[in-house]
Amino acid sequence: MADQPVPIAGPLEVAYPTQGTFLEWLHSWVTTVDHKKIGIMYIVFALFFMMVAGAEAMLIRIQLAIPNNHAISPEMYNELFTMHGTTMVFLVGMPILFGLANYIVPLQIGARDMAFPRLNAFSFWLTAFGGFLLYYSFIGGFGLYGMGNAPDAGWFAYAPLTLRSFSPGHSIDYWAAALILSGFGTLGTAINIIATTLSMRCRGMTLMRMPLFTWLLLVVSALTLVTITPLTAAQVMLLLDRYAGAHFFDAQAGGSPLLWIHFFWVFGHPEVYVLVLPAFAVANEVIPVFSRKAIFGYPAMVAASVGIGFTSLAVWAHHMFTVGMSAAGNSFFVLSTMVVGIFTGIKMFNWLATMWGGSIRFATPMLFCIGFLFQFLIAGLTGIMLAAAPWDWQLHNSYFLIAHFHYVLVGAIVMCIFAAVYYWYPKAMGRRLSETLGKWHFWVFVIGFHMTFDTMHFVGFFGMPRSIYTYEADRGWNTLNMVISIGAFIQAIGVLIFAWNLVHSYFYGEEAGSDPWDAWTLEWATPSPPPVYNFVTEPEVRSRRPLWDIKHPQDPDWKYEP
Amino acid sequence: MSTVPLFTDESWQMPSKGKVAMLSLIIGECGIFGIFLAAFIFYLGHNLSGPTPSILDVPVFNTVCLLSSSLTIWLAERAIEHGEIRKFGALWGLTILLGLEFITGTALEWYTLIYRDGLTISTNLFGTTFYSLVGLHATHVVVGLVGLTTIMIFTLLGKVRQEHAHRVQVFALYWHFVDAVWVVVFTVVYLVGR
Repeated sequence: MADQPVPIAGPLEVAYPTQGTFLEWLHSWVTTVDHKKIGIMYIVFALFFMMVAGAEAMLIRIQLAIPNNHAISPEMYNELFTMHGTTMVFLVGMPILFGLANYIVPLQIGARDMAFPRLNAFSFWLTAFGGFLLYYSFIGGFGLYGMGNAPDAGWFAYAPLTLRSFSPGHSIDYWAAALILSGFGTLGTAINIIATTLSMRCRGMTLMRMPLFTWLLLVVSALTLVTITPLTAAQVMLLLDRYAGAHFFDAQAGGSPLLWIHFFWVFGHPEVYVLVLPAFAVANEVIPVFSRKAIFGYPAMVAASVGIGFTSLAVWAHHMFTVGMSAAGNSFFVLSTMVVGIFTGIKMFNWLATMWGGSIRFATPMLFCIGFLFQFLIAGLTGIMLAAAPWDWQLHNSYFLIAHFHYVLVGAIVMCIFAAVYYWYPKAMGRRLSETLGKWHFWVFVIGFHMTFDTMHFVGFFGMPRSIYTYEADRGWNTLNMVISIGAFIQAIGVLIFAWNLVHSYFYGEEAGSDPWDAWTLEWATPSPPPVYNFVTEPEVRSRRPLWDIKHPQDPDWKYEP
Repeated sequence: MSTVPLFTDESWQMPSKGKVAMLSLIIGECGIFGIFLAAFIFYLGHNLSGPTPSILDVPVFNTVCLLSSSLTIWLAERAIEHGEIRKFGALWGLTILLGLEFITGTALEWYTLIYRDGLTISTNLFGTTFYSLVGLHATHVVVGLVGLTTIMIFTLLGKVRQEHAHRVQVFALYWHFVDAVWVVVFTVVYLVGR
């Protein structure tokens, strides 16, 4: 069944351009407005910065592996954890989700491109230059005072540390300017994805027939509109404080650093959901295909995603229990945070119910998604623990908190990013990634992950705070920190296997064909890689699984769907 | 098995991508304005020194001009939809004049505040939040005026025709937003704040 050509695709013979010079090749990428090329550029950009920020994490772990260590200077250490966080959120998480959205969403809804192809290219280059600007600070950030280099105020950059009296030089300016720049790129892409999903769907693709990946990216983009803009506004205020003599966060003139904390987390918490919902989106595609069953509870999944979107806007101050709030404020944010647990619980049970009774294929994408389910459950449970204000008073900004959010960001999001790359790489490149290397990647990475981040919970219980440069040998943290650092290096080996797999399979991978996974959404109806125009004729769909209908004309989905 | 009706092309209508995108941009803009408004409200009455909002004069004429420009641009949208290009040009020009009046009024207001009352962005918290919030709005008015003028130039060159009605309407949404958000800014700064 899987090898039969799918009739709605159009001609499978694709005229590839003949090999030109290097400059022609470069020109074709720099000037492209094709959503697939822009998507690949986003993903390559993000994977590159994932390596960079990963290397920064390695340096942090070298520094913390043994007590009283001076492997790197304290100033360098501050820059490293600031840049690690900023890079992972803004230059890895966001670009990779927009890269996936760019590549997959138009294909899944049967469109030929995004709604605004040139805005799409513009947004990518804004984000890219934001990233380069941020990293230029390493060599260009000396400023007038000969001090300051890369940003070093933490990724949340609390005032008043960021004001000119405490951060002279230009390091904070690079940080603010780079994030404003990439923020506008993000806003442009979010608008583009919303317009694409709402206005570019092929005939028959009603909202309740959209693949869940596209649905979740729509929710993410809508959330991005009201998430990234507060950050941009706050950054403008910060720059006004630094350069126009304004007093937004200047306590000496009556301004309030507390306001920055609020503004930052008004952005910062929904941002977590902006990052994690695409991970859910990937799981929504991979788990049904590899369980050979339609997703369980499609409407509930949509509703839960929209619910998470709205709820996430009202939970930000759970980052601020230790800052001090009224009892009513504490109670509100405890309860609103726990409501998120209901929606994610719905999703967990739906994924499990999808797998239940299915004939599961343990291919690499599915392995990563199963890892995701397991780790996201633990991440959610520690999230509920931290959402309880008294618990948070005890453990806020300890390594327990670090362990919790890395469980979300690495255990859930990065795992799903890996799953997505293994799942869609054959579509984009025409060749499969090596399954053998993929399984090595999975197991090495998972072992390293659990060594690092399980152990972090305990070192947090034993009182180790975040962002410290070093520690005394008599605190009882020595062994645990060594284990964490070793685990980090095992993860790094896993990522290097992944990188090798990406390169090696590009040249020597098995030919994928149009539909290597026997999947059901429209992107698998096009040849791999898809031609520039995607579909020769606009497809028509009658159910949520159009390719199932074609492969099983005697038993199509549209007979059963409402 | 009953037969399933085939799709009829006529019934398959998607929303306009231009309008969806502009509305999305407006939602995003609301985020930016929301933060500046929050800062303004948060710092009301927290000044350590210097002038307070009581020095402000309520810009009634300015506000009337800006809000009427929403009406004229709406009439212009209707005119181009019906193909009355000359009427469209006249109403569009009137919209620009009303916008220019508003921005001139704001400039004069700031001139008075700076040179009569000595209020600048660094004077105190009121100066900080007032200039940034009203300045944010004024920036949007300027961006809107640039867009309006661009379309006006094309109209005078005879390039704007009835088939461009939809694009003009998408742009007009932005101008409507600039006017609508002024209602909020005006209420907060000049009515509540004072």
